[in-house]
Amino acid sequence: MIETITIVSGHGKDGTPEAVDQLELRMGDVVSIVGPTGSGKTTLINDIELFADGTTPTGRRVLINGAAPPDEYRENPANHPIALITQHTTFLSDLPVGEFLATHARIRSKTERDVEALLEETLEFANQLTGEPIQTEMRMTELSGGQTRALLIADATIICDTPIVLLDEVENAGIHRTRALELLRRRRKIFIFVTHDPRIALLSDYRIVMRGGKIADVLYTDAAERAYAHEVSKLDDALCILRDKIRHGERLTGHLLEVFACN
Amino acid sequence: MQLAICAGPATTGKTSVLRHMIKKLLAQGYRPAFLKIDVQYAEEDIQLFKEFGIPTRKVYSGELCPDHCNVMVLGDALEWARECGCDVLLVETAGLCLRCSPYVTGGLGMVVLEATSGMNLPLKVGPMLSLADVAVVTKIDRVSQAEREVFRARIQDVAPSVRIREVNALYGIGIDPLVRLLEEAPAAHAGMELRGNPPVGTCTICVGKKNIGWREHFGVVRSLETDIFYQGE
Ligand SMILES: Nc1ncnc2c1ncn2[C@@H]1O[C@H](COP(=O)(O)OP(=O)(O)OP(=O)(O)O)[C@@H](O)[C@H]1O
Ligand SMILES: Nc1nc2c(ncn2[C@@H]2O[C@H](COP(=O)(O)OP(=O)(O)O)[C@@H](O)[C@H]2O)c(=O)[nH]1
Ligand SMILES: [Mg+2]
Ligand SMILES: [Mg+2]
Ligand SMILES: [Zn+2]
Repeated sequence: MIETITIVSGHGKDGTPEAVDQLELRMGDVVSIVGPTGSGKTTLINDIELFADGTTPTGRRVLINGAAPPDEYRENPANHPIALITQHTTFLSDLPVGEFLATHARIRSKTERDVEALLEETLEFANQLTGEPIQTEMRMTELSGGQTRALLIADATIICDTPIVLLDEVENAGIHRTRALELLRRRRKIFIFVTHDPRIALLSDYRIVMRGGKIADVLYTDAAERAYAHEVSKLDDALCILRDKIRHGERLTGHLLEVFACN
Repeated sequence: MQLAICAGPATTGKTSVLRHMIKKLLAQGYRPAFLKIDVQYAEEDIQLFKEFGIPTRKVYSGELCPDHCNVMVLGDALEWARECGCDVLLVETAGLCLRCSPYVTGGLGMVVLEATSGMNLPLKVGPMLSLADVAVVTKIDRVSQAEREVFRARIQDVAPSVRIREVNALYGIGIDPLVRLLEEAPAAHAGMELRGNPPVGTCTICVGKKNIGWREHFGVVRSLETDIFYQGE
């Protein structure tokens, strides 16, 4: 059972040490990683996923339950406790969706359930996040950016179903982000979101601030921010409504404040 | 003398992987030498000499299959590396011949495949994969984790006994295990042989007869409708 992940800090792009010596993430924690573009957010989650052992460019090390992770994590995907949803919005695999997911389920899934049922649930999950539905006979390379991200999130949640989930900028994919968050948060895991989104950031227990390739600060969401979170959600929901109207070819009419008032 | 023979399609990252292995080997006090075997053009020897100042050289196989060329020159190459005072020889091959494979019964056989290639690539590369000790999957930074894992499964389906190691050969992430495999591999020794069986030869095309159509040729030939057969002179 995984209880904690520890990031033993390394150094930034200029070789100077990070702001904290180490950071311990506990089961159930929801964490955000924030920072300007190019500041090393993706690099940090890649370090976690690869169980960095001091040989990556950042010099970080990653421990599981306080010790070096066992080799079997790297050897066998079925034992890998981390699902990473990368920033990629295109697949390079030239397989049909059904065959890809079936192969992934065969090596990854720990459940006894049959592959058919697993595939169906995965697609159903993904299609709650997309506009146009994904079908099993579609080629992976044919999927749009949003469909790609939706399928990756569904695959990570249903097929991998790992205790640790890393998500790189879910908001940038044109998927139903609020729905995705809702579906994800039903599960008890360690969630790490790389994000520029205030709503996701305030949903987290704390946020890791990146600058120049290193951890520059760790900010716990305080009471004032929690109160704020509610307002931010309302604002965000209103924007979602506007976004949806635009998406569906409607005109924006009436007073903007009415949109805010009605939710 | 430790030996690694590294094969793989063009631009998959063979040189990048070997570059990081050289770095690690030097840091551990080894004295590596590098040999590139290519058909008609290569500059890895010059690059790696500039970067590390280690003994490097290349050989062009020209008319010969690069994998056959490897068999021809490997004995001399081990001798050359020894004379240079080296204790590790790294051989990078062109990886063009999908029927042959360059690995021998000593040393480590490495095939380098890129995660960005199609999912059917493992099915296409034949003995270059199935006779290797380790398949090194590069460019993992360019694909999703799910694709990496499915690519790994496709390799495992074709070659269940080949170990798989994923690396980012740009930054040298995941190279340490390869160096360990090289250290653990049986040293190069007298009486080494090519692994597996070379494909059947020889036809008149091999010796330069260029006419189109099997009727024009003899030796081992084949038509569109039948499998390989032998046609006497
Ligand atoms: N500690 C470090 N040492 C050396 N290089 C680093 C370090 N951290 C990040 N880098 C390099 O900086 C570059 C940008 O990093 P990264 O892709 O992680 O940024 P990001 O914050 O995810 O940006 P974006 O918001 O655009 O996705 C990469 O080339 C990465 O290798
Ligand atoms: N992004 C990425 N690029 C890589 C990786 N490995 C190799 N490359 C790039 O792929 C190209 C070909 O690499 P090279 O080592 O010369 O391939 P070779 O022909 O097999 O020797 C170069 O531009 C490398 O920088 C990798 O792991 N990730
Ligand atoms: Mg990024
Ligand atoms: Mg090369
Ligand atoms: Zn050949």
